[in-house]
Amino acid sequence: MIIDHPLLGPRDSSEFTYMGDAKLIDRPDPDADTAARDFYEYGYLRDNPAGWHDELWFHEAGDRSWLVVTRNTLTHEISKVQLARDVARNRGRSK
Amino acid sequence: MHDLRPITALGGTEARIDAFDHVTIAENDGLALASVAARIGHEKGCHTVLEKLLGAVPKPGKAVLHDPEAGFWMGPDQWMIGAPRDTHELLADQLSDQFGETASITEQSGAWVCFDVTGPAMQDLCERLCAVPIRRMVAGDAQRTMIHQLGCFVIRRQDADHIRILGPRASAGSLHHALITTAHSVA
Repeated sequence: MIIDHPLLGPRDSSEFTYMGDAKLIDRPDPDADTAARDFYEYGYLRDNPAGWHDELWFHEAGDRSWLVVTRNTLTHEISKVQLARDVARNRGRSK
Repeated sequence: MHDLRPITALGGTEARIDAFDHVTIAENDGLALASVAARIGHEKGCHTVLEKLLGAVPKPGKAVLHDPEAGFWMGPDQWMIGAPRDTHELLADQLSDQFGETASITEQSGAWVCFDVTGPAMQDLCERLCAVPIRRMVAGDAQRTMIHQLGCFVIRRQDADHIRILGPRASAGSLHHALITTAHSVA
């Protein structure tokens, strides 16, 4: 599997480490009334889709950047790769 | 008064040189290093200082081979700056003054071991050692990769038969072992 790194171009997936569902970017608000439930779901509950899935990959043996990789879990086809920080900033996060 | 004697990353009093027929592996003990990480919101200011220091901002996967300071890209908004240790032993302090609020500077001299691999068999050695596309790389290309399970930087230098490898200093012996083993297999 080849991951087309947005900065470095196509790199072998062996350089990367899978870090889970990209939903982990959306950390719940700890001050919300439902915080306990929200963090339980954030920490433990995951969808397991057969098909397109947004995933976090860490370029451990490369530039150490975190990526959001949109991958089809049935075919391993990758349709989109973005820097995770760009994704987070587009959602209004400051870091 | 303590009588302290500096030692190299491999533990010697002098940098170690291993010469084979087709390749030479030389520990480079003369390098001062410091990392530069641009602070959020100060990226432009950081780029300006980098340009003044190196002549250009190193692009992703690239080094700027400049004297006396040289630098390469490590990751988004992060660079490593290197300079001769004789003249720049306090490199991190000097850079802190120059970058001011625009970047966070971290001393890196004590974190890395540097090997210069030269000779006609350099490419053969490199492609047995790690997954960088050494024959496609040109002078000034810098890539991070795994060598012997260690995260290392591989920098293609100006001379066509010269590659510089930076690896974790605490594992200098392991990296040296990997280099020597590979050198034997290509000799």
